[in-house]
Amino acid sequence: MNALVIDPLQWTDVGAVSDVPLRGSRRVPTASGDVAIFRTGDGRVFALVDRCPHKGGPLSQGIVHGHAVTCPLHNWQISLATGEPIGADHGKGCAPVVPLEVRDGRLFLGRV
Amino acid sequence: MAAKERLVVIGNGMAGCRAVQEVLKRDPNRYQITIFGAEPRVNYDRIMLSPVLAGEKAFADIVLNDEAWYRDNGITLHAGRAVEGIDRDAKVVRAAGGVEAAYDRLILATGSDPIRLPLPGADLPGVVTFRDLDDVDAMIDAARPGARAVVIGGGLLGIEAAYGLSKRGMSATVIHLLDVLMERQLDASAGFLLAEALAEKGVETVLEAQSEEIVGENGRVAGLRLKDGRVLPCDLLVMAVGIRPATGLAKAAGLEVNRGVVVDDTLRTSDPAVWAIGECVEHRGQCYGLVAPIWEMCRTLGDALTDGTATYEGSSLSTRLKVSGVDVFSAGKHTGGTECEDIVFRDAGRGVYKRIVLEGGKVAGAVLFGDAADGGWYFDLMRSGQDVAAIRETLVFGQAVTEGLRGLDPSAAVAAMADTAEVCGCNGVCKGEITAAIAGQGLTNLEAVRAVTKASASCGTCTPLVEKLLKLSLGDAFQAHTGPKPVCGCTPRGHDEVRRRIVEEGLKSIPAAMQALEWATPDGCSSCRPALNYYLLCVWPGDYRDDKQSRFINERVHANIQKDGTYSVVPRMWGGVTSAAELRAIADVVDKFEIPTVKVTGGQRIDLLGVPKDDLPAVWADLNAAGMVSGHAYAKGLRTVKTCVGTDWCRFGTQDSTGLGVRLEKFMWGSWSPAKVKLGVSGCPRNCAEATCKDIGVICVDSGYEVHIGGAAGLHIRGTQVLTKVANEDEAVWTVCAVMQLYRETGWYLERIYKWLDRVGLPWIQTQVEDPDARRALHDRFAYSQRFSRVDPWAERVAGRDAHEFNPLSRRMEFEEA
Repeated sequence: MNALVIDPLQWTDVGAVSDVPLRGSRRVPTASGDVAIFRTGDGRVFALVDRCPHKGGPLSQGIVHGHAVTCPLHNWQISLATGEPIGADHGKGCAPVVPLEVRDGRLFLGRV
Repeated sequence: MAAKERLVVIGNGMAGCRAVQEVLKRDPNRYQITIFGAEPRVNYDRIMLSPVLAGEKAFADIVLNDEAWYRDNGITLHAGRAVEGIDRDAKVVRAAGGVEAAYDRLILATGSDPIRLPLPGADLPGVVTFRDLDDVDAMIDAARPGARAVVIGGGLLGIEAAYGLSKRGMSATVIHLLDVLMERQLDASAGFLLAEALAEKGVETVLEAQSEEIVGENGRVAGLRLKDGRVLPCDLLVMAVGIRPATGLAKAAGLEVNRGVVVDDTLRTSDPAVWAIGECVEHRGQCYGLVAPIWEMCRTLGDALTDGTATYEGSSLSTRLKVSGVDVFSAGKHTGGTECEDIVFRDAGRGVYKRIVLEGGKVAGAVLFGDAADGGWYFDLMRSGQDVAAIRETLVFGQAVTEGLRGLDPSAAVAAMADTAEVCGCNGVCKGEITAAIAGQGLTNLEAVRAVTKASASCGTCTPLVEKLLKLSLGDAFQAHTGPKPVCGCTPRGHDEVRRRIVEEGLKSIPAAMQALEWATPDGCSSCRPALNYYLLCVWPGDYRDDKQSRFINERVHANIQKDGTYSVVPRMWGGVTSAAELRAIADVVDKFEIPTVKVTGGQRIDLLGVPKDDLPAVWADLNAAGMVSGHAYAKGLRTVKTCVGTDWCRFGTQDSTGLGVRLEKFMWGSWSPAKVKLGVSGCPRNCAEATCKDIGVICVDSGYEVHIGGAAGLHIRGTQVLTKVANEDEAVWTVCAVMQLYRETGWYLERIYKWLDRVGLPWIQTQVEDPDARRALHDRFAYSQRFSRVDPWAERVAGRDAHEFNPLSRRMEFEEA
């Protein structure tokens, strides 16, 4: 089977979109650390490595607003689309974006 | 190594210490330094005495150089020792108490003396000047609410004194000889607006009034008689009619003295070993009484004393009035003249008046009233002598408009400033230090920059510049402060308006509030959402459904997040009282969940640190089983009630303080408030529960209970103020609940009680809680709200509520596939 995989990513079904609260987040533990899955007020979903580029705070525990999340440790604001800090802290690292797809209301997280 | 040269400074004020700083900056090891000061204290910011008088700052806030500074720089300070003579032949300074100091070089920084009008009665008790901290203390002592003050002199200092006294509860009247207030800085229009603005703040002005006699009664000042026969009764009379360079020492030592001590362009007096700076100086025929020229002199002197070549060529002057809410700026010429052109702008609605004086195509002066944000810009244009013909049309609208229209970024000029350029003259802070602090420490507002760098923390002249630096560093994340402080960047509206309209318009959800109040963002931000959530919860108890996603994580999971993402758990211990059973249950939980750290808190409870989020519900279940509930150690709400043992055990206890503390906590627990609320109940004035640094404190006395509010012992240290005294325990509980509810209903989100107290004022709070009907109404609203609040959030989570919060979405990716 492996030889037939064209997509370089392996996708894993991690749950339903509706399992993630609106303007909220859930975390998915992986072998290489937690991934945070966010659902914004307008219904979109995003996935980032659950570590703030500042001091490693768990972004999944922050307040979600617009397409951003505020880290609970020191209030850095992180763009959900890019994982980069917004505003004053822009340019100081990023929380890597994790591949995420929605198929039939289910969330699929990619792993390289 | 050769012995160091001895540098002696007479004068421990702003000029003397700044001169020493300038020398140290250039060559920290050259001199052995001795400073003499007549006042028995360290160097403080004299310009900030007005806010101290007004109660807006404390002395500690205006200290420029604390004792450590003298120690660290190896400076000998003789504070409280007036210098009595200078022996220039022996090169020795002689001070009170027989102290002598030999010098190789001497700096005179003796400052100035306030002028005392030689009126009959001028030596009566109750007649003061406004020059140093002792004067301020004398005024504060006299400033009983309802007492009357007359201030002679309608200049900068007189107006600030009158404003300060009126803030202290006195009725204050300014007497001015001329027909325009601050006539050296303002024109008639601005002077008129100023008089009106002062009247609104409770300060009356009497213009064209000549003082004749100070009237005494029972050996104290009782009034001021004017030439026209009017008598203005008063309990305090302040003379603020100007200053005179203090030249007595220099004169006695035979130095050349005119109006001030005469100096050349290197600030050297007629004796080559003696320099002079500050208000005691006369340079090119000019004496100065403002701080900016003094800093310029100090820089020159620092250079001169370290073999530099700088010269001082005199200063242009600008002035800003330090009266809260009255924005006044003046620089250069303001009276116009035949060679001058005026550009005037008025906005009656906003009470704004601006006048720019042009001479030969250049800015020659500016008077700004009501909106002085561009003062620094006009002053820079004036000093640089730049031709402004090209921007004449937009000049009066200020920098942003002018440069915006030229296609320039308004902050381009600020961006182009060198990192070494000084921004705050008062505290010697340069641009690089400010931008580094903003970036390095994540500062987002003016107050934070002031706290960290001291920039703009003194006279405030550079506030617009610091705001521009914030804007430059933070971009849109920074909102300059004009009008009421906006809740956050999502709205220009302030907290008061938001709270009022939630009630008036019956707004019952966050989206409803955001729509009605025209929020600029779709779903707010992490600042405004928790605020709105709290306001709605407070106004509509029982009706409003708490929005979990608008809660900070700690309040969402009822534990405190730690730096590693684990949590700490604090069970409630009513009044700090526990039992063997509770302690045993805690110990069992610690063992069972291998909790790494157990710590006793400052609030008489036990903190379990390092609990992984997934374990929280199970930890709570075990604590619940032993009868313990959440301590809300994470909440913007009631936290601890600290008590002493009171009459139960203590031989000094006057009342059952433990019992009262437990009763308060059992009634008030679970309540949400704008910011955290900590209580303390002490059984006697020895105050072992430290109630006088709590948000609300009760001190038991033989005759009843003193209820205190507004203490703090964190970022700021504050003693409480006495709210009221009541006779029995029931009344104490009612009063505490009433003040809690008043704070809940009118506090701004994240505003601690001490800040709320500063904003709304103790007298207003007192009228609300001392009136029995008002107190009852407040108490009843609190009691109603508590019906919905006294629910243990831990038990709810243990029962399964919001279980998803504590479980991962999926564990399918937890391990690498084989």
